[in-house]
Amino acid sequence: MSQFAAEPLLDITVRVNGIRRTAAAPARRLLSDFLRHDLGLTGTHVGCEHGVCGACTVLVDGEPARACLMFAVTAQAHDVTTVEGIGHDPADLDPVQQAFVECHALQCGFCTPGFVTTISAYLDEHPDPSADEAREAISGNLCRCTGYQNIVAAVLRAAELRREREGTA
Amino acid sequence: MSTRQMGEKVQRREDPRLLTGNGRYLDDLGRGALQAAFVRSPHAHARIVDIDIADAWELDGVEAIYTWEDLPGRVAEPLPVLIPHPAMTHARTGYCLARDEVNHVGEAVVMVVARDRYVAEDACARITVQYDTLPAVVGVAGARDGDRLVHDDVPGNVAANLRQEVGDVDSAMAGAPHTLTLELAIERSACMPMEGKGVFGRWDADDGSLRLYSSTQTSTGVRAAVAAKLDLPLAKVEVVTPDVGGGFGVKIVHPWPEEVLVPWAARNLGRDVKWTEDRREHFVSSAHERGQLQEVTVGFDDDGRLLALDVRFWHDNGAYTPYGIIVPIITATQLLGPYKPGAYRVEFWSLYTNTVLVTPYRGAGRPQGCYAMERTMDAIAEHRGLDRAEVRSRNFIQPDEMPWDHGLMFQDGRPLKYDSGDFPASLAKLKALVGWDDFAAYREQAEREGRRVGLGIGCYVEGTGVGPYEGGHVQVETSGRVNVATGLTTQGQGHQTILAQIVADELGVPFDDVHVTTGDTRRMAYAVGTFASRGAVMSGNAVALAARVVRAKALRIAAEALEVSPDDLEIADGVVSVKGAPGTSIALKTVAVMSNPLRYAFDESAAAATQFAGTFDPDTPPVGDDDEPGLEGQDFYSPTQATFANGMHAAVVETDPVTAEIRILRYCVVHDCGVMVNPMIVEGQVHGGVAQGVGGALYERMLYDEGGQLLNASFMDFLMPYASEVPHIETDHLETPSPLNPLGIKGAGEAGTIPVSAVIASAIEDAEGFPIRSMPISPADLWELRRRHAASDPDPVPAQEGPR
Amino acid sequence: MKAAPFVHHAPRTVEEAVAVLTQVGHDGKVLAGGQSLVPVLNMRLASPGHLVDINGVAGLDTVEVTPEHVRVGALVRHAGLERHDGAAAALPLLRQAVRHVAHPAIRTRGTTVGSLAHADPAGEMPAVAVLTGAVLEVAGPRGTREVAADGFFLGPLETVLEADELVVAVRFGRLPAGTRTGFAESARRSGDYALAGVAIAVSTDGDTVTGARAAFVSVTPVPDVLDLTSVLAGARLGTLPLDAVTEAVRAHVDPESDIHAGADYRRMLAAELTVRTLVSTAAGAQEGAA
Repeated sequence: MSQFAAEPLLDITVRVNGIRRTAAAPARRLLSDFLRHDLGLTGTHVGCEHGVCGACTVLVDGEPARACLMFAVTAQAHDVTTVEGIGHDPADLDPVQQAFVECHALQCGFCTPGFVTTISAYLDEHPDPSADEAREAISGNLCRCTGYQNIVAAVLRAAELRREREGTA
Repeated sequence: MSTRQMGEKVQRREDPRLLTGNGRYLDDLGRGALQAAFVRSPHAHARIVDIDIADAWELDGVEAIYTWEDLPGRVAEPLPVLIPHPAMTHARTGYCLARDEVNHVGEAVVMVVARDRYVAEDACARITVQYDTLPAVVGVAGARDGDRLVHDDVPGNVAANLRQEVGDVDSAMAGAPHTLTLELAIERSACMPMEGKGVFGRWDADDGSLRLYSSTQTSTGVRAAVAAKLDLPLAKVEVVTPDVGGGFGVKIVHPWPEEVLVPWAARNLGRDVKWTEDRREHFVSSAHERGQLQEVTVGFDDDGRLLALDVRFWHDNGAYTPYGIIVPIITATQLLGPYKPGAYRVEFWSLYTNTVLVTPYRGAGRPQGCYAMERTMDAIAEHRGLDRAEVRSRNFIQPDEMPWDHGLMFQDGRPLKYDSGDFPASLAKLKALVGWDDFAAYREQAEREGRRVGLGIGCYVEGTGVGPYEGGHVQVETSGRVNVATGLTTQGQGHQTILAQIVADELGVPFDDVHVTTGDTRRMAYAVGTFASRGAVMSGNAVALAARVVRAKALRIAAEALEVSPDDLEIADGVVSVKGAPGTSIALKTVAVMSNPLRYAFDESAAAATQFAGTFDPDTPPVGDDDEPGLEGQDFYSPTQATFANGMHAAVVETDPVTAEIRILRYCVVHDCGVMVNPMIVEGQVHGGVAQGVGGALYERMLYDEGGQLLNASFMDFLMPYASEVPHIETDHLETPSPLNPLGIKGAGEAGTIPVSAVIASAIEDAEGFPIRSMPISPADLWELRRRHAASDPDPVPAQEGPR
Repeated sequence: MKAAPFVHHAPRTVEEAVAVLTQVGHDGKVLAGGQSLVPVLNMRLASPGHLVDINGVAGLDTVEVTPEHVRVGALVRHAGLERHDGAAAALPLLRQAVRHVAHPAIRTRGTTVGSLAHADPAGEMPAVAVLTGAVLEVAGPRGTREVAADGFFLGPLETVLEADELVVAVRFGRLPAGTRTGFAESARRSGDYALAGVAIAVSTDGDTVTGARAAFVSVTPVPDVLDLTSVLAGARLGTLPLDAVTEAVRAHVDPESDIHAGADYRRMLAAELTVRTLVSTAAGAQEGAA
């Protein structure tokens, strides 16, 4: 009988969007698959599984990382934020999400969660980017629909919205 | 008073859901379903000798393993030729699983169904397929030689040969004061949507029915094909298209092998089965486009006016032709762009190679045609020492010459007849936008700084909104909610928004009340699909016509209730009222109640329609002979021909004098797609199209080695542009309405992509001073060209002057 | 694209990690940032039976700046090094180079030590390591040994590391006062592996060059140092003998052709990047972390 037959399952616990989540999965389960299929958080999308497209970008301890280049088991004891953690209620959008609507920064929407997480983390560190900086900030994520121009605009608009919300907070 | 929605930059209905992780793409469905994976051919051309699956069966979690021999009935037969054409004398299609022979790397040979994708891939890794390899045919030139054959019974690898001629080209050419011949090449790229294909099948054994979800551009097409393949009544198959992560053409092809095999396995196993294409699979088992070699001979007068155009080209259709010869037909016809060619002859050969099949990718043959024509225009200008924009202008079809019939047959089997367009106005806008007349000064300034810059231009005409038809169904619920259904699918074009805009206006209801369903055969069984920039034209007009049906019915019912003539009524904000007497009114939702006589009340509004609720005429039935219950209606839009959008692009590029690195400094677009339903969405379509065009011009090239191995089957090496590679795009619009459809709209989906390779080639040529005849072009390619020109060993050769 | 099964080991100490590596031998791979390894596993281009995941090993995630060197532990992410102001002040080349490593989301996971152990000729940090005379601290069953970067790399993806060894840190050497550094690369797309790249250290006395050294990315099979001192020493900043630099670089590099560019192009590119970076570095344009 092959070794595969008894591939052991590990109880993997990750704090996802502020909540401790546990599921049994083999060691080779990618964080992207763990989030999507074991935890049912399908907002994180898988575009290439070799770390180039950025669709699966989540925040690990607040920093953007490719969920397809991490095994879930390595994410244990870390904080993972997915697009659902940025904002899961269509009627209550986070500033980045709101900016995407206003600027028409998405078309098919498949790459979008990776952009939203990336931009959220970026704006935490760079609250007032220039257009060139905004373009550079999104230059690790592939989008096949938009041509990026409106995403650049959305980064700038999101920065504005964040400042407005902080001002009124 | 309702705000008119048409022409407004309405924010998209789709967005909040997609932005918050609430989208539902194919792989988001079917949690817990069995998953499929495939053993795919590692060889470009080989005979299958033996398949050993014994080891794979050992694995825990493997539920089924299928080879061709396991397939029953029609599942075992070749996949359909979707669009037959008389010129396609040698159509060939593959099998769902390879039968005896594989014809490209990536062709599916064995299907594994397992507990999850991990185990399915483990099983694939344990299956041994023994092959006898055969010589591979790769590249257009190799296929054209015909020394080696892809299919033994297809001589010369020619799937199709088609020639069209208008006028007498030979004598026009003979009489032309000047002739030039250009040899051109354009390489393969691919749609490469961020979401690959995917299929999820759910067999209901109790009901004997199949529900199939597919990331497709045609749910009705998949439904018909799967029903036929699985020998199921159409009524027992429903196909639902969930959110789709981009298509760009590749998902219009159907049925893909997996679209047949997944539901077949689901029925076999009595379990939900899902297949999600991974990126590597997408590279080697979906479809590519573009690859052509072209030879253009043109005759023209002293002023650069075309007298004769003689085009021959060779099109790489890959290993099979399920989608027929649509792509080369479009190249052959749309090549003409906004110009009057004089006498025109075009002949193409569509050739088999041992590579992934070639089917439409955004632009669908037009980028190649535009490239051929625009390279020719630049060559004429160069030859005559004329301004490149002026040469184009002199050859334009004029607005007062519309409609313009080229005398050719288009991709829909109908005449290539332009309905409208104002090319001189478009060119004027473009020249103003890019600063055409000031460029010489800019170039001089740049030269003084040691910089090398060039300006390029490209014009195109795009036949959009081809038939045969699309349908719309509009229903007003008693709550006031308006449900709209159309059968074509959506992949990010904002159909749920623009179709709601159209219906809101036509019906006179608030935009927020309108809800659109696309690509669900349960809601609209008659549809064609999303391709050829046809969504807005076809379904837009279809839902408008359906809304008009509903509006007429609403007015009739309201008129009876208010005891006025329907002509005196108007609908605004969901209320039917007497014109000039807004107090006399009835809510549309009340009309909906009245439209459906009831026996049973289920809520307060329904009670108003029950049998004891009011007075009625005892001599007429509750539903009249020529009437139907419900405030709903359906209609179809079926045009006689395509409507032709157009546009013109210009770019300024800078090439590094030493490293030959190419930077796009400016990119300008003037675009005319008739009446714009939502300018924000049109603009977005243009941006995205240009970005894909830039990819095709400077970065993307499917690179096969001589053995037919795709050398760059990953995002590491197939260079789709990031934001850092796409320029800021400046746009201006012209709105020349189409006279062909009620809304005056033309398609916009593909426009941005079409001229980009031509424009960038034009700009680099302008910067460098030697001809660019092959695209895409990398810095290393350009550097190599410079070396050859410096060594006076130019290849490709400049346009060859004719004997006269 | 799913990795084949493997046994996951999560040692808490370097000793435990080495013990596991010793036990599994060539069937084991160290997993740190995983940004190069996981794609290879996903594509099943490699399927080691054991992964030794060192992410939980204590004490490997620090950057230490001493008068002689900048010591970077095996779990320091590229992003951590990039952000480290002390490291950037002590050795500006680190920040100049590390920001060219792929994209930010890769740098947040990928480790600097991991990129050395991976020994990809297209890696930025190996070039920095040889140029700064870095020393790698290697733990193994026979204790800890130190290996100069100069002798660490044997060929593409090949190093002197034994299967049972683990790099626990790298000490980048600080450069003498007055040394200016520059880094440049050219890639098809921003963030891609470079077609060619160069790290440069130039020392000057007033406007006279006293020494210059360069190391390259993607154009030599292993990163090694080209000493340009003999070409440049004594030259004045405004009149550097750039043709001679070009010739020296062209003679030194040995690029391969690949699908993105031919060897000749890469050779030209390496020389041109060197010349341009040299001029800007010598002029102080790239001094510090810019």
